[in-house]
Amino acid sequence: MRTAAYRRMPSDRLDATFAALADPTRRAILARLATGDASVMELAEPFDMSQPAISKHLKVLERAGLISRGRDAQRRPRRLDAAPLREVLEWAEAYRRNWEANFERLDDLLQQLKDKEKHRGHAR
Amino acid sequence: MVTPGRVGETTFATPSDREVVITRIVDAPRRLVFEAWTNPEHVPQWLLGPEGWTMPVCEIDLRVGGTWRYVWRKDDGAEMAMSGIYREVVRPERIVSTERWGPEWPETVNTVQLVEAAGRTTITITVLYPSKEARDMALQTGMKEGMNQGFARLDELLGQLA
Repeated sequence: MRTAAYRRMPSDRLDATFAALADPTRRAILARLATGDASVMELAEPFDMSQPAISKHLKVLERAGLISRGRDAQRRPRRLDAAPLREVLEWAEAYRRNWEANFERLDDLLQQLKDKEKHRGHAR
Repeated sequence: MVTPGRVGETTFATPSDREVVITRIVDAPRRLVFEAWTNPEHVPQWLLGPEGWTMPVCEIDLRVGGTWRYVWRKDDGAEMAMSGIYREVVRPERIVSTERWGPEWPETVNTVQLVEAAGRTTITITVLYPSKEARDMALQTGMKEGMNQGFARLDELLGQLA
């Protein structure tokens, strides 16, 4: 029932990405980083969380390849790496599109079958 | 449960940890939908996924215990095969079958239910995975239409990045 068109992705990489995205705090961190690089302190600010707690989330995001550290040795700003996110979203969207494409062709086929039936009905 | 939408709308839902449900309403009576779904002359005309794929092999032995096997081929020569066994066949309303797609993928139990009203048919496909992990791995959780909140937010995020 699945369509033939999955783009295969390395599943360990996907697992890491999905695990990282499963947490609302981490998603909020990513959303914040989408607006620009930020230090750990700046990232911790909007959350009612200790810096070590935030650092833990950052580690998960880093391991998933979703963020990296900037050059500034003092601030060590975190930066968003969008490629894995994009890959996951593309993958999910491809699945949905495949079913859409199948159903659109099914619609056409059903129309043909209906027309054929109608003709047969007239011939009788 | 899934709330069916209008004709031409595909919905996705994950009503339980182990299931994925896809629905679509088509403008045809269900005996024609059943025909399109189970006749090996028709299936290769629509069950193809994206552009560039054909289905050179379509074997359907539509009876309880009978097997089905589909092979797809891409224009670059790549091939994919899928097969399973029918567990329940109720014409023209219900088909339950297993599906296996290569040894590294979990076997699923797929139910296709056709409900007709006013000449239109609601197609409901339920894919049942052996475990939540298997489902999430196979489908990557984010495939629901509109996706879950996290993904909706990520969409925005990626919009900003683009």
